[in-house]
Amino acid sequence: MDLFISMFAATIIAATPLIFAALGELVVEKSGVLNLGIEGMMLVGAAFGVWAHFAGLPMIVALAAAVLAGAAASLLFGVLALTFMTNQYAAGLALAIFGTGVSAFIGRGFGSTPVDAIQPIHLPGLSDIPVIGAMFFQYDPLVYFSFVMFGAVSWFLYRTKAGLALRAIGESPDSAHAIGFEVIKIRYLAVMFGGAMAGLGGAYLSLVYTPLWVENMTAGRGWIALALVVFAAWRPKRVILGAWLFGGMTILQLQGQAIGLKVPSELLSALPYLATIAVLVLISRNRQAMALDFPVSLAQPFRPKG
Amino acid sequence: MTPRLELRGISKSYPGVLANDDISLSVLPGEIHAVLGENGAGKSTLMKIIYGATPADAGQIYCDGKAVPEHGPAVSRELGIEMVYQHFALFESITVVENIALSMPGKMDLKGLALRIREVSERYGLPIDPDRLVLSLSVGERQRVEIVRCLLRQPKLLILDEPTSVLTPQAVRKLFETLRQLSDEGCSILYISHKLDEVRELCHSATVLRGGKVTGETDPRQATSAELARMMVGKDLPEMMVEPSELSHMPLLSVNNLNLAPETVTGTSLKAVSLEVFGGEIVGIAGVSGNGQGELAAAISGEKITSAAEDIVLEGRPIGHLNAGRRRDLGLGFVPEERLGRGAVPPYELSENALLTAHRLGMVKHGMANRRKARDFAADVIEKYNVKASGPSAKAHGLSGGNLQKFIMGREIELSPKVLLVSQPTWGVDVGAAAYVRQTLIDLSRSGQAVIVISEELEELFEICDRLYVICNGELTPSLNRADTNVEEVGLLMTGTGSKPAAPDVQTESVRYAV
Ligand SMILES: Nc1ncnc2c1ncn2[C@@H]1O[C@H](COP(=O)(O)OP(=O)(O)OP(=O)(O)O)[C@@H](O)[C@H]1O
Ligand SMILES: [Mg+2]
Repeated sequence: MDLFISMFAATIIAATPLIFAALGELVVEKSGVLNLGIEGMMLVGAAFGVWAHFAGLPMIVALAAAVLAGAAASLLFGVLALTFMTNQYAAGLALAIFGTGVSAFIGRGFGSTPVDAIQPIHLPGLSDIPVIGAMFFQYDPLVYFSFVMFGAVSWFLYRTKAGLALRAIGESPDSAHAIGFEVIKIRYLAVMFGGAMAGLGGAYLSLVYTPLWVENMTAGRGWIALALVVFAAWRPKRVILGAWLFGGMTILQLQGQAIGLKVPSELLSALPYLATIAVLVLISRNRQAMALDFPVSLAQPFRPKG
Repeated sequence: MTPRLELRGISKSYPGVLANDDISLSVLPGEIHAVLGENGAGKSTLMKIIYGATPADAGQIYCDGKAVPEHGPAVSRELGIEMVYQHFALFESITVVENIALSMPGKMDLKGLALRIREVSERYGLPIDPDRLVLSLSVGERQRVEIVRCLLRQPKLLILDEPTSVLTPQAVRKLFETLRQLSDEGCSILYISHKLDEVRELCHSATVLRGGKVTGETDPRQATSAELARMMVGKDLPEMMVEPSELSHMPLLSVNNLNLAPETVTGTSLKAVSLEVFGGEIVGIAGVSGNGQGELAAAISGEKITSAAEDIVLEGRPIGHLNAGRRRDLGLGFVPEERLGRGAVPPYELSENALLTAHRLGMVKHGMANRRKARDFAADVIEKYNVKASGPSAKAHGLSGGNLQKFIMGREIELSPKVLLVSQPTWGVDVGAAAYVRQTLIDLSRSGQAVIVISEELEELFEICDRLYVICNGELTPSLNRADTNVEEVGLLMTGTGSKPAAPDVQTESVRYAV
C-alpha cells in the first residue's frame, strides 16, 4: 500500500513538467503553428530559473525569470516562422538546438550545485488525512498550479471567444483573416504562451524535481511533450492522461529495475514510450471525432493574400 | 446625396493579368447595384478590394464621403461593410452558432445568439440550425449561414458575391424580399450574379466589367437579358441546340433500391433509391440541397462504397463494391459541387490537377507521371473550354470561380466517360460559359453517353434534361418526362408537398425503353 501511494505521488510529480510543456504546445498547435523547439525552451527555462535562484532572487521571481526566458526563446521561433514565414519544422528544430546551447552557457558554473528546492506545502487538516492526504495533498505548489493551468487552458479553448478564434485560425487562417482576425498577432501570442509554459516546465525540473542544474537535463521531455499533443489528438484532457501514463510508466520502469525484473533494462526504458503511444493511439481511433480536433492548417505558413 | 461608396481609379494586377483596370463606380445609400461580367472579368477581385481583403495597387475608396485609407476586413466591418464570399469563409470543425459568434462584436453569448439566428433565419426564410457542425452542411446551407451572419450585423453596405448560385427559387424570392427590405432601410448592396433575370428583377443599377475594365453602366430594369449578356460578352449568345436523342437498349447506369445511412449524424439517409440512365439522355436530379444529393452523389461516384455490389450497376456490371478510382477506370466520370478541395487541389497547378483524373489517358508509365503530357492535356482543356488562365502552370486557387469550373468540367469530359455525373454544373459560371457547358453536356449525351445532372436550378434542368427525378428527404420520385411536367409540379415535389407521380408510369417507361 505504501509502495502504491509513493508511486502514485511520484507519477503525479513526474508528469508535471510534461503537463506544463504539452499544454503550452497544445495551444500553439491549436492556432495552426508547429513549434518543435519545446526541448530548447524547457532547457532555457531551467537554466534561467537556476541562474535567478543563485543570483539570490526569491523563488517566485526565479520562476518568473524562467517563464520570461521561455517566452523570449519562443519569440525567436515566432519571428522566423510567422514574420519571415520560414519552414516551421526548420525553425523549430533550430530553436531546439539553439536553446540547448544557450542553456548550457547560462548554466555554466551552477553545475551540480544543489538548489534549495521548492518544498511541498502542508495543508493543515487535509495533508494529514491517512492515505488521501499522502496521495492528494502533499505536493509542491507547482503541481497544483499545473491543474489550474489545465482548467484554464480547457476553459480558454472551449468556453471563450478568444479560444474559439484561436481554434478557427488553426483550421483556416484564410477564412479567419477574411472575417477580420489578425492571424499573425494571435499566433504570436499563442507561440509565446507555449514558450512560457515550456519555460515553466523546465524550471520545474531544475528547481523542484531534480533539483539542480545539469546540462541537457530535460532528457527528451520536450519531445515527449510534443508527441503527447499529437497522440492526445489535440485534446487537453488526453494530454493530461498521456502525461500521467508516461509519468507512471517511467516510475514503474524505475521500480522494475530496482527490484530486478528479468527484462533487459533497455526494453524497460522503452516501456513508457510504447505504452503511452499505444494507449493514445487506441483512444484516438475515432477518425471522425479526431478530424474535429485536428488543426488543419498546422505547420503551414500563413501569408495574407494580396 | 453623398454616395455610400465611391471608387476612383481602382487598379489591381496579378502576375500575368490585370484583374482590375482603373475602375470607378459609386453606390448611393439604399441602392442595389449589380456588378456584371464574364468569369474572370475581375468582379470578385474588386469586391475583395472594397472589403479590404486584398490591397489595390492604385485608386481610392470613399465611404460616406470619407476617404478610406489602406484597410483590412476589420476596418471595413467597423465601417459597416459586410461581405459574403463566393468561396465561403466558414470553419468546418465548429458549429454554425460558433462561426457566427466569431464575427459578432463584444462578448460571446452562444445561447442568446442561437436564438437570434433562429429568429433572423426564420424571418428571412433562410432556415438554418445553429447547433449543427458546418462540416455536415451542404453548400446551399453554408451559403445561408453566410448570409445570416451578415444580416445579424445590420450592415450599411452588403457585398454579395453570387449569393443565389445554390439557393432554391423559393429561397431566392425570400432573399430578394430581405434585400429589398434592407435597401428600404438605407443599406446599400453590391450584388454579383450571373443570373441576369435576377439582376433585372432586383437591382437599381448595374456596372458591367470586361477584362478588368468598366465597359458600361445601365439600368437593368430597362434592359433585356440579351442586352445585358451582350454588354458582358461583347457579342450575342449562341442558341442552344437540342437534337432528339436515340437511347441505348440497356441502361448504362442503374441504382437499385439503394439504402444508405448518412455519413454524419446530421446527414440524410437514402431510402430505397432506384434510378436508371440510358446512353443518349440527360437525366436531372432536382431537389433542395441537403435532401440526400450529397449522399447519392457519393454513392454513385464511389466516394462511399455501398453495402451490396448490385446496388449500383454500370453497363450490366455491379460496381457498388468498387472504390472511386476503379469506377473511373470503368468509365464513370464525376464532377463534384465543391470545385476547390474536392474537384481540384487549390494550391496545385492546373496541369497537376489534370493529372489527378486524366492520368488514365496514359500519362503515367511505370508509376512515373509524364508531366509534359499532363501539361499538353491541360493546355488543350484550357483552349477548348475557353478557360481564362495564364496557362497549364496556373495554380487552381488563382482561377476565378467560373473558370475553374470550366476547367474541371473540361477535364472530365475529355476523358469521354460512359456515364458522367455532374453536381451543379454551372454554379458560378457566366452566361456565355454556362451555355457552352450545357451544350457540351447535351453533345456528350447525344453521342451516346449517359449524363446525370444534380442541380437545384430548375430552369437549367428543364433546359437540358430529357427526364427528371426529384429527391426529397432521401427519397427519389419515379422519373418524370420533361415534356409531361412543369416547373410548378417539380417545385412542389422538391418541397415534399406535391403528389408523387404514380409508379406504373415508370414501368411502362422501362418497358418502352426495353423495346
Ligand atoms: N490570388 C490570385 N492570384 C492570381 N491571379 C488571380 C488571383 N485572384 C484572381 N486572379 C485573376 O484575376 C482575374 C479576375 O478574377 P476574379 O476572381 O476577380 O474574377 P470574377 O469576375 O470574380 O470571375 P467569376 O465570375 O468566375 O467569379 C482572373 O483572371 C483570375 O485568374
Ligand atoms: Mg468571382
